[in-house]
Amino acid sequence: MSKGNDSISKTLTVVISLCLVCAIIVAGSAVALRPQQEENKALDKQKNILLAADLLPAGATAADIKERYKNLITAKVVDLDTGEYVESIDADTFDQRASAKDPSSSIDLTQEQDVASIKRRSNKAVVYLASNEQGEFLSYVLPVHGYGLWSTMYAFVAVKPDANTIINLNYYEQGETPGLGAEIENPKWKSIWVGKKIYDDQGEMSIEIVKGEAPKGSEHKIDGLSGATLTSNGVQYTFDFWLGELGFKQYLDKQRQGA
Amino acid sequence: MAKSSEAQKVLFGPIFANNPIALQVLGICSALAVTSKMETTIVMCIALTFVTAFSSLFISIIRNHIPSSVRIIVQMTIIASLVILVDQLLKAYAYDIAKQLSVFVGLIITNCIVMGRAEAYAMKSPPFMSFLDGIGNGLGYSVVLITVGVIRELFGSGSLFGVEILPLVSNGGWYQPMGLLLMPPSAFFIIGLFIWVLRTFRKEQVEK
Repeated sequence: MSKGNDSISKTLTVVISLCLVCAIIVAGSAVALRPQQEENKALDKQKNILLAADLLPAGATAADIKERYKNLITAKVVDLDTGEYVESIDADTFDQRASAKDPSSSIDLTQEQDVASIKRRSNKAVVYLASNEQGEFLSYVLPVHGYGLWSTMYAFVAVKPDANTIINLNYYEQGETPGLGAEIENPKWKSIWVGKKIYDDQGEMSIEIVKGEAPKGSEHKIDGLSGATLTSNGVQYTFDFWLGELGFKQYLDKQRQGA
Repeated sequence: MAKSSEAQKVLFGPIFANNPIALQVLGICSALAVTSKMETTIVMCIALTFVTAFSSLFISIIRNHIPSSVRIIVQMTIIASLVILVDQLLKAYAYDIAKQLSVFVGLIITNCIVMGRAEAYAMKSPPFMSFLDGIGNGLGYSVVLITVGVIRELFGSGSLFGVEILPLVSNGGWYQPMGLLLMPPSAFFIIGLFIWVLRTFRKEQVEK
C-alpha cells in the first residue's frame, strides 16, 4: 500500500471518482431497465384483474395476458360521490394511489368514516368492465384496499352484472402473517366468496365475516380465518368501506337501477 | 498445482469448513426472512453470491488506492451500487419474485457476509482470489439457506417450489402443515440444528 493514500487530495480523488462511476452505473441501470419494469407492473395488474374476473386460463403467457386484457377488459373512471362515469379521464393512465395522496383529488377521512384505516380516499376510482369473447358483459371488477394486521391489503372484487353477486375475490398484495392472515390468498378461502350477495333487500352492505364456520347457504356470511381475527376484521372493514356509501355503493346502486 | 489447490480452498472452504453462517454466524437476518419458500430462497442465494463475488472483485482491484480512513465507506458504495443493480434487474426480469423479496434484496447491503469478506479478504488479496472467495462465501450462505428453505417449505406448506409434495388437509390430503415453520423464528431453530450437526462432525469448529 502506498503511503500517499491518506493524503487529502488522494482521498478526495478516490472518493469522487468512485462515486461518479457508481452513480453512472446505478443511474444507467435504472433508466435502461425502466420500460421493462413499467411493463411488468402493468402486466401484473392486468393479470390480477383477469384472475378476479375468472378470465385467465392456467398457464397463460405474458402475451396471452396482454391480448385477453385488451380484448375483454374496459377500464373506466368513476366518480365515487355521484356514481357516474367520468369520461374525460383516461382510465389507463389514471393512478388511483397517486390520486388518493393528492389533496385536490381526494378527501381526508374522519375517524368514523375511515373504518378501513386508509386515511385518504381518492374521489375517483377505476372500475374494470369484463366481458367475454362475444362481447357479452360479465362482471364489474372493483379495486379495494384496507389495513389488516400488518399491512395494507389490496384486492380486486369481481361482481356479476346484477351489481350484487360476487364472482371472485382476488387479494394480490398483502403482507399478513404467512399461514394465518396470508391465507386470504388461499384459493379455498377465496372460493367461499363465490356467489355471496353484497347487499341485502334493503340495499345495505351486509357481507359479514363470522368467527368459525358460516351457516350453510347463507347469502352474506363468510367463514372467518382461524388464527387471523385481525386480518379477517381488516377484510370486513375493507368491504364495509369500499362497498359502502363512501365507496362503490353509489355506483353499484346506479348500475342496478339501470340494469 | 499449489495455486489451484489454494483456489480450491478459497472457493470450497466456506461451504462447510468455514461456513459464513454456521461458523461465523453472519448474515442471519436474511436467512430468517426469505427462506419460507424455495423460489425466493434460490433467487436470494444467487443475488447474494453475485453481490459478494463482484464487490470483492472490484474492491480488490482498487484496494491499493483506497485511503484507509474512508475504506468502509468506499466498500459500502461499491456494495450498495451492486445491490441496486441486482434489485433493478430482478424488477425488470423476475417481477413476481422481486415483489415477494421486496425489501430483502435491498437489505443485502447490510448483510454482514458481504462487508465481512470485503474487509477481511478482498482488501488484502488479489482480484481473482477475492472473486473466488466471494463466490465461495455466497455458496456457503446458499447451502444453509437452501437447507433451511427445503425444511421450511416442505413441512410448513407441504410443497417444494410451489409443487405440492405432501397433500394438505385443507386440500383434501392427510398432511397438517406446521404453521410455526412459516414464521421467521423457525429458521433460528433450523440454523441452530444445522450448526449442531456440523460441529458434531467437525469437532474443530466447537468454540472452547
